[in-house]
Amino acid sequence: MAGSLDAGWAVAWARRTAQVVTENRELLIELDRQIGDGDHGENLTRGFTAVLAKLDALEEQPADVGAVLKLVATTLMSTVGGAAGPLYGTAYLRAAKVTGLPELDSGAVVAMLEAGLEGIVVRGKAGTGEKTMVDAWTPAVEAAVAASDAGASPAAVLAAAAEAARAGAEATTPLVATKGRASYLGERSAGHQDPGATSSALVLEAAAETAAAIA
Amino acid sequence: MTAAPVALVLVSHSATLAEGVRELAAQMAPEVLIIAAGGDGAGGLGTSFDLVEQALGEATADGRSAVVLTDLGSAVLTTESVLELLDEDVAARVHLADAPFVEAAVAAGVTAAGGAPVGEVLGAAVAAGAGFPHAVGAGGVEPEAGAAGEPSASPAAAAAPAEPHHAGETAAPITAHVVVRNPMGLHARPAAVLARMMAGFDAAVQVDGVNGASVLELMQLGATQGRTLEVSATGPQARVAVDAFVGAVEEGFGEV
Repeated sequence: MAGSLDAGWAVAWARRTAQVVTENRELLIELDRQIGDGDHGENLTRGFTAVLAKLDALEEQPADVGAVLKLVATTLMSTVGGAAGPLYGTAYLRAAKVTGLPELDSGAVVAMLEAGLEGIVVRGKAGTGEKTMVDAWTPAVEAAVAASDAGASPAAVLAAAAEAARAGAEATTPLVATKGRASYLGERSAGHQDPGATSSALVLEAAAETAAAIA
Repeated sequence: MTAAPVALVLVSHSATLAEGVRELAAQMAPEVLIIAAGGDGAGGLGTSFDLVEQALGEATADGRSAVVLTDLGSAVLTTESVLELLDEDVAARVHLADAPFVEAAVAAGVTAAGGAPVGEVLGAAVAAGAGFPHAVGAGGVEPEAGAAGEPSASPAAAAAPAEPHHAGETAAPITAHVVVRNPMGLHARPAAVLARMMAGFDAAVQVDGVNGASVLELMQLGATQGRTLEVSATGPQARVAVDAFVGAVEEGFGEV
C-alpha cells in the first residue's frame, strides 16, 4: 500500500542509510580518529555496502518489515568490525523481533525504536551521558513516544525521533567518555562529537526521510 | 588430540595475538582444543562475527563446552552477538570469561587438560585475573572452585595455604623437600607438567605455600636451579601426590 511503512519502506530505509553513511564516511572517520581508533566510517560503509548487495540479490521482496531488519542485522554483524557491528547488529535484530508486521503504525514505530535502543544498551552496557550511541537513541525514543502519544503519523513519529537523535548526538560533544575505546582518553575525549551517536542520527534521519518521501 | 571435554576459544582483535596465545597455551595443554579467532577475517585488526561463529561451532561440536577469552571490548560484543543468534542449547554450553587474555588462556588450558568440567575451567580463568597469589592467597586451580558450575568462586574461598581443605580427613600433611635440578627452574613448561599432575590427584597440594595445581602460582614462585621446594599434601592421595611431585622435580623434566 502506498504511503505505509511496509517492507518496501524498510528496504528504502536500508538503501538510504547505505547512501548517507557512505557520503559521511570521511566525517565519521575523522570523528572517530579524534577519540577512537578511526575505523567507524570505514566499518559502517563496508557493512551497509554489504547490505546493499544482499538487497540486490533478493529474488522477492521480504514479507514484512522485520525480515528486512533481520537481513540488515545479520549482514552488519558479519561485515562491520569493531564494536559498531555487534551494537548495530543487535539493535536491528531486536527491532526485527517486534516488527514482524506487514506495515508499522505509530505504536509499532515506537516499539521498533525501543527495541533497537534496548539492544544497544544490552550489548554495550552503557547508560545516557557516557558519550555513546545511547545518547542519540534515548532522546529519539523519548521523542517518538511523545509524538505517538500526541497522535502523530508513523512518518511524523520518525521525524521527531530523527530530530531528537541529531540533537542528542550534538550534545555528546562536551561529554567525557566512560565506555568504549574513547574512554581510554578520559578527559581528553571531551570537545569531540561521538562518532557512534553521529552515525545513529544518520540512520534515524534516513528512516524519517524515506518515510516522509512516501507519506 | 582433543580428548578434553572443554575447549577454549581465543577472540582477539589481532590474528597474530590470538594465534600466539593459542600456541602458548597449547604447548602446556596439548589435549585441549584451542581455537584462535583473531582479526577481522580480512587480514586487518578487528573482530569477525563469522570467525567467532565458526570457532564456537567447532568448539561446541561433539557435545563439548567452550570457555571464551577475549581481549578488548568489542571482542566481547562480537562474541555476545554470536551467542544471541546461536541455538539455545549450544549457547548454554559457551561461557565468556572476564579474565586476562594470556594468563587465563594458560590457566584454563591446563585445567581443561586435566579433564575438568567447564565450571572449573572457567574458575581457573577468572582466578588468573584475581591477582598474584602472594596478594590474594591461593586463587588458582582449586578443585572445588566452580565444580558446581559457579564460575566466580572467590579466591578467598579457596583453600588458604596454611589450612588445606582435607585437614579433617588426614591427621597431618605429608611433607617432603626436593631440590630443583634443571637449569631453567620451574619455567612455564615444567610448571604446567607439575600442575596437571597435581590436579589429577585427590589431594590438596601446597608448594612453598602456593597451590600446586595452579600453573600460574608455580611459575610465580620463580624457583630457579638449586632451590629447595617444600611440598606438602593432604587428602586420600596425599602420599602419592607428594611422591610424584618429588619424582618429577628430581628427574629435571627432561632438561638435565
